[in-house]
Order: sequence, then structure tokens, then C-alpha cells
Amino acid sequence: MIMLPENGPGFLKREAVPVLLFVLLALVPFVAALGAESYLLSLVTRVMIFAIAALSLDLILGYGALVSFGHAAFLGLGGYAVGILSAHGQTDALVQLPVALAVSALFALITGALSLRTKGVYFIMITLAFGQMAFFLAVSLAAYGGDDGMTLPGRSKLFGFDLLKSDRAFYYAVLLALLGAYGLCRSIVVSRFGRVIRGARENPQRMAAIGFPLFRYQLVGYVIAGTLCGLAGFLLANQAEFVSPAYMTWQRSGELIVMVVLGGLGTLHGAIIGAAAFLLLEEWLSGFTEHWKMIFGPFLVLVVLFARGGLMGAIRRIGGGGGHG
Amino acid sequence: MSMTLLYVQTLNGLQLGVLLFLIAAGLTLVFGVMDFINLAHGVQYMIGAYLAAMFTALTGNFFYGLALALPSALAFGLLLEFLIFRHLYDRDHLDQVLATFGIILFLNQAVKVVWGAAPLSVPIPDVLSGSIRLMDGLLYPVYRLAIIGSGLAIAVLLGILVSRTRIGMLVRAGASNAPMVSALGVDIGKLFMIVFGFGAMLAGFAGAMVAPILSVEPGMGDNLLILTFVVIVIGGIGSVRGAFIAAILVGLVDTLGRVFGPQVLRALMDPSAASQAGRALAPMLTYILMAAILFFRPGGLFPAKK
Repeated sequence: MIMLPENGPGFLKREAVPVLLFVLLALVPFVAALGAESYLLSLVTRVMIFAIAALSLDLILGYGALVSFGHAAFLGLGGYAVGILSAHGQTDALVQLPVALAVSALFALITGALSLRTKGVYFIMITLAFGQMAFFLAVSLAAYGGDDGMTLPGRSKLFGFDLLKSDRAFYYAVLLALLGAYGLCRSIVVSRFGRVIRGARENPQRMAAIGFPLFRYQLVGYVIAGTLCGLAGFLLANQAEFVSPAYMTWQRSGELIVMVVLGGLGTLHGAIIGAAAFLLLEEWLSGFTEHWKMIFGPFLVLVVLFARGGLMGAIRRIGGGGGHG
Repeated sequence: MSMTLLYVQTLNGLQLGVLLFLIAAGLTLVFGVMDFINLAHGVQYMIGAYLAAMFTALTGNFFYGLALALPSALAFGLLLEFLIFRHLYDRDHLDQVLATFGIILFLNQAVKVVWGAAPLSVPIPDVLSGSIRLMDGLLYPVYRLAIIGSGLAIAVLLGILVSRTRIGMLVRAGASNAPMVSALGVDIGKLFMIVFGFGAMLAGFAGAMVAPILSVEPGMGDNLLILTFVVIVIGGIGSVRGAFIAAILVGLVDTLGRVFGPQVLRALMDPSAASQAGRALAPMLTYILMAAILFFRPGGLFPAKK
């Protein structure tokens, strides 16, 4: 695991919420063993996978104020790397994962270099367009299922063994990935690099005037975020044992933004909470009615209008102060 | 490739372009004047189609249906503006994206509840049914020509409205510098309400016009919305003229690329690889076009600001 910097006495206080989160996540399989094991495990695994995706988005959206509306493309790229490789008989994660990450990074590098030339609304729309481009590319892959997607022969192997086959083993693998992603993001955020990204969010003119080549910093941030989301795509394909263009619809990108904002922008663990809140809310509401979006849509509007700072912000406000750094 | 096919596909591209323009015109002004990103503009188009379908079924006549659908679409747009959008103008883009995303979720589901999940179909009015012979061996449906014609007519009217009238002048001024217009004593909130309502009505009109040739279904506006964004970005935010040129360009590139892309590639590589690559490339063409234009002109072709 990556060492978290600034392990001072304030560490536990500052990291109390994330530590609690990870402890809870580690305990889930034991609770699940008491009852509906496969249901609970697969639900929480899904939450953690989307938490990785939301984390990666928070890195550029929360800390860099880059509203990327095409982030789901990386989920699809990671997923299709798994799907296409296993269709050609290459089922080992040791090959699939590096390919998934490399493809995501390359896509992020190219689209990021183009998108970051623009600002504001233009950036939102151009990332959206690139996301759609990836979506249509997947739809046109007739050899790999086209619109319908493709079923994988099984989960990725590890060193040639079916180590990820059991749901519980896969759960812990995903938890490990989430922990690693969180540690990586946290150490990026507090690093000099992270401070430059945050500076660019607060005042790009001043940062540029001091002499930072912001474009390069933001591009690197964008590539890191895209690669990390590719990891989430790799895991998602493995969990569902299925990939389809539906991974990268623009609605999915919108949902990722919703997760990040729901949990609270620029907090990292907020992204995890947001992903959990979104998916559990979806699960819970769709238990009542198939028209759960009619409840969720207005809920989202209300959150935007009245609960600034997301759920964490609202909890903090109700709790009365006690800001998180 | 035969010339007839080329003509037919050019007309189809023109029709898509006109449609895109109707949706983009309102959206680009809303973007330009209030710097407001409205993802829910695509559902206005969908609502227009549903309203037209409903009123046509009620009155038994497409033209009465259209006449009733337009004011309803306008009223619906104004209602949304009053209830939600008004409170989002001074928020950042992220809040606007989220709130309008929530509206999309709600309305796409709401039309399912109100009108059912199954696609509705609207019969083509008798007067405009059938095909017309444009030249030797070239038959084209009258209704599609009517869409192109009405779209072009609206484009001309809108052009006059924006460039020749007082309200158009205010809109243009608002697109290039809204705070200054406000400082000069113009009620910018009211101006925006007018622009917004008008834009919603135009999108609704586009939806109503395509109702007889496309199936009216939930989410029908979503994919068109993305193409509309491409149009606005290429044309330059806030510019009606830019939106028109970009809409026609995108309509033609998208339609012709899908039909002739694989054929052009076939001249370069072996047939099966060409049809594979063509199918993959064609839907991406418009986005590649947009990326290319933004690379050379980050503000689009006709930016309204500066």
C-alpha cells in the first residue's frame, strides 16, 4: 500500500471517516455470510468499483474543477480491454490489466490534450463528445457483440489460476484496489503536483503567472484519472462477466458526476460515500417502483438547489461545523 | 456510387441539419446569453413530439395537433424556467449540469408513465404524404421536403428576428456581454425568459415535425442533444448564424459519412475490412470534425464573445 504522507498526530482525526469506511467494507463479507451472501457481496462490490471510478473523477473534478462529462468512456475502455482480450483467449489479469490501463491512459492523453485546450462549457461539451465517440465505436464493434455487448468466458485468471473466481476473493481484490486507489489519490492531492492542480482551480491566471505550465499539469492529472477509471472498468467487466456499450453512455458519465457531487466535491472519501449513496438509493428506490428515476431526478435537483457541498456538506452543517481539510 | 443516391442522401443530411438547427438555435442563445448549460434541452424536443402525438390523436388532424403543441411546448418551457432554471443562473456549470441531468431523468421517466413505454406513431398528414419526382429517377417524400422547407423558413425568420429587431439586438448584446446589458437597464432575467421559452418552443417544433417520420419514444432527445452540442461548439456559443452553418455541416457529414464512408474506404482497402472500418468510423466523423475545428479555433467558427 502507498504510505500516506503527514502521518502526524492529526492523522487519525483527519482520516477518521475513510478509516471507518474501509473497516466497514472489510467487515461486509462476514455480515454477508449470515444472510443473502451473494446478493450483498455483489452489491457492495459494485459500489466499490464505482467508488474507484468516482474517486478518479473527483481527482480532476473536485480538485481541478475540470467538469469531464465523458468519464464513463474509461469504464468502457477498461471493460472492453478485458472482453476483447478474453475473446482471443488471453484471460490472465497480468496481461489484461496492463492493457486496460494502457489503453485508458492513451485515450486520456489524446482526448485530454485536445479537450484541455478549451475552457468551461466547451470543456464539458468536448469531453461529452469524446465519450460519445467511444460509445459509438463500441456499438460498431460487430465482431465483439456490437450493440448487445459480449459475455465473458469467466473472470480473469491470476497467474493462470482461478484466484478471483469466488465472490469473496473478488470482493477483497476490489477492496484492495479501492484502498490502493484511495491511497494514490490522497498522496497525489497532498503532493506538490496536487497543490498545483488545486491552485489552477482557484486561480489559473495567477498560477500561470507564477510560471507553472498548467496545461501539462492538468493533462497529467487527466491521464491519471482516466487510467484509474480504466481500472474500475477492468473490475466492472470482471464482476458482471459482461461488457456492453451501455458502460459508456453519457448518462453513465452523468451518474459518475452525481456520485462525486453527492458525496461532496474534492474530499476523495466523499466519492466513495457518493457512489455508495447513489447505488444503494437506486437499489432501494427501484425496489419500490420501476419509475425510481421520477423520484431520483427531483431529488437531484433539490440537492443542487438546497444542499451545497453534497451529502457530506449537509451532514457537516447539521453537525455544526468541524470542517474537513 | 450513383448520383441519385448522392442527391437523396444530401437531402437527408439537409433534413437532419435543419432539425439540428431548430434545436441548437434556442440552446446556443441560452448558453450565450446566460452562460447556462442546459442538458434538458433534448427533452424539450421529446416533449414537443409527445405533445404533437397527443394533440394529433385528440383532434384527428396533424396541423391542429401542431398548432396546439407549439403553445403547450412554450408553456412547458416557461414553467420549467420558472420552477427550476431561474434559480440556477448564478450557479457554476457543475450545478447546472447536475440539476438539468435530474430533469432529464425525471422527464424521460415521466413520459413513460403518462404516455406509456411503447413508441407512439403519428400518421403523415394526407396533404404531405407520398413522394414527388425531383428529377429523373429521383423520388423524395414530400413530408421530408416540408421539414426542410419549414426549417429553412424558420432559419430565415430567426435570422431577421436576431439581426433586425430590437429584441434581437438585445439578445445579441446579451450574448456578447450580459452584465453590460444588465447595467444599461435591460431586465436581463426577462430577456432570458423570452429566449428560453422561444428556444423550448423551437425544440418542441422540431420534435413535432419529426413525430410522423420517427417513432415518438422516451429518451428520443438524448442522442440528438449530444449532436446539438457538437453543432453549438462548432458554430460558436451564442451565434445563431454559426449554429445554422454548423448544423447543416454536421447533418451532411453525419448522413453522408454513414452512407459513403465505407464506399470510399473500399477503394483503399479490401471490402470486408473497409466495411468494418467504415462502420466504426462513420459515427465518429462528426466528433472528429468537432475536435479538428476546436483544435484550430477553440472558440468555434463564429464565437459571439470577443
